Amino acid sequence: MTGIIDVVYAEYNYWIYVTLMMIGFYAMIAKKNLIKKVIGANIFQTAIFLFYVSLADITGGTAPILVGGHGGEHVEHAADVIYTNPVPHCLILTAIVVSVSTTAVALALIIRIYNEYGSLDEDVILAARKSLQPEFSEYARQKEVIDDGGI
Amino acid sequence: MAGFEIITNNLPVFAVVVPLIAGFLTPIVGWIDRRLPWYWVMLAMFVVLLITLSNLVTVINSGTIHYKLGGWDPPFGIEYVIDLLNGFVCLIIAFIGFMVSIYSVESVKKEVPGKTTQFYSVFLLLITGLMGMTITGDIFNFYVFLEISSLTAYALIAMGDRGDGVVASFNYLIMGTVAASFILLGIGYLYAVTGTLNMADMQNLLPSIYESKVVLAALAFFMAGFSIKVGLFPLHAWLPDAYTHAPSTASALIAGLMTKVGVYAMIRFMFCVFTPAFVIDVNMTEILTWAAALAIIVGSVLAIAQSDIKRMLAYSSISQIGYILLGFGLVNVIGITGGLLHIMNHALMKCALFLVAGAVFYKTDIRNIYQFQGLGKKMPVTTTVFLIAALSMIGVPGTVGFTSKWYLALGSIVADQWIFVAVILVSSLLNIVYFWRIFDNIWFGHPHEIENIKRDEAPLTMLIPMVILAILCVYFGFFSGYPIEHIFEPLAKTLLGLGGVP
Repeated sequence: MTGIIDVVYAEYNYWIYVTLMMIGFYAMIAKKNLIKKVIGANIFQTAIFLFYVSLADITGGTAPILVGGHGGEHVEHAADVIYTNPVPHCLILTAIVVSVSTTAVALALIIRIYNEYGSLDEDVILAARKSLQPEFSEYARQKEVIDDGGI
Repeated sequence: MAGFEIITNNLPVFAVVVPLIAGFLTPIVGWIDRRLPWYWVMLAMFVVLLITLSNLVTVINSGTIHYKLGGWDPPFGIEYVIDLLNGFVCLIIAFIGFMVSIYSVESVKKEVPGKTTQFYSVFLLLITGLMGMTITGDIFNFYVFLEISSLTAYALIAMGDRGDGVVASFNYLIMGTVAASFILLGIGYLYAVTGTLNMADMQNLLPSIYESKVVLAALAFFMAGFSIKVGLFPLHAWLPDAYTHAPSTASALIAGLMTKVGVYAMIRFMFCVFTPAFVIDVNMTEILTWAAALAIIVGSVLAIAQSDIKRMLAYSSISQIGYILLGFGLVNVIGITGGLLHIMNHALMKCALFLVAGAVFYKTDIRNIYQFQGLGKKMPVTTTVFLIAALSMIGVPGTVGFTSKWYLALGSIVADQWIFVAVILVSSLLNIVYFWRIFDNIWFGHPHEIENIKRDEAPLTMLIPMVILAILCVYFGFFSGYPIEHIFEPLAKTLLGLGGVP
């Protein structure tokens, strides 16, 4: 058993990100409530951000700011200092902006769906679409054509 | 002429920057006068068309363009690369965008009343996103543009049918978010093992670590993500609703371009980030061909079951995407030539068909194909365009559809996969079935029902782009020699790494 625990502990950040991602993915697919779907999407994306951020970290690394470069001191042994990689952080800043805008669009759509159908439940919306618009079902559409005498 | 030089030196990036800036200026233009945004969008799209044309000519004459953004050298900075492949995809985007923008004025006025300015603003941002996805040589930059194009597409679809459009848009948003997240994850995996984001750099670094499971996982994530984006058969659920309930103009644009750019991205990642040998080695191409063959048959069968013309065209789109991917899955020169040709052909045909559906809806408020009786007498030009585009879709000789299907069938024979020849033939027969129902209703109604129908044609702004697209469908049917010889065949050879034009 210790073997498995060691494996998990050695790279626990990746295990956390995979678990979170699966939780988010499950919520997006299985939840009937539209808001919960959006929350699931957010968890899913956040998990990916965590993956990127933990990717950048190096054991014993410091923030990527030149050590001793502050205040006009002479920079010594700059090559010996271990810096963490700043690029994934920058990428993820962009991805966070994208995620926020996706959420904003999703919430805007949800408001309009709620105004239209008075519910956020997927099943209720589907039922409402069927009853509100007879032409939603193929049979009714064909029947209507025959009743009209084909105009 | 210092100012002129700035423009000529930066032409590659202007293809993205012009629609971006024009998109953000549209609200100001619309604030000055509500009728102006249409002219503004046409102007912007025309400029973009000229820029992409000039880029493509430069590429054909003097090879691939490498544009360093901000003067940073490629592995560190973002690089825009235009070669034959994305030069020609950019031209298609700009051309279809220009045609749709001419068409849009009446249709948008009717279908999204009071929101024309917003519609045009989002329209231009969608073009920006697609252009950026195509032109960029940096995979993270690619992801950002992918999200720009997706977000604007959600907004355009949500402007469609009351209620239905919003629900379709929301479903697309959820699926699109999954796809984009998979792609982001794949990018993260590749960055973790190579430490670079530049496509060309990555292709050089990857071969030494192809045994790594991380690279395989990245490929799997990319393929799954792009399959959702292009609506490959088992992952197509968002597509029919989104195409059906969007405003006609947006459907034509999204159906004509979104999936094509998705296919382009798939090819770019398969052949230019990974190598063809690796992709064949892990059986990805074989999986792709079979999925594509399934999509061709199932898409056509489902299209027969529809009575809403836009929904029928959407299912037909699923099967046409299958054709394109079949060509690439075969990984031989003839098959890939056919696939590339079909990208162009499908953009022309499907855009024309959706424009016709929009024009019919504009005049008569009808989308049900069983109510189309007498339409041939009422709107002769529109229905003729429909006839040409539909025949092309079926693959009648003398239209573009025939050429690409011919190449695809030849490619299947070369690859010794006779079953795909059968798939292409069966699907063409199914295409006849679902288009014949419409022909039947348009031209062969009972005389006493149609004798009172007067000619009532769509406005000129709608007719011009439709007729141009129909003419191009026939023109490239007869004279596809030049593009095949100078663009598609060298391109197919380059993609497979057999030399040819760089």
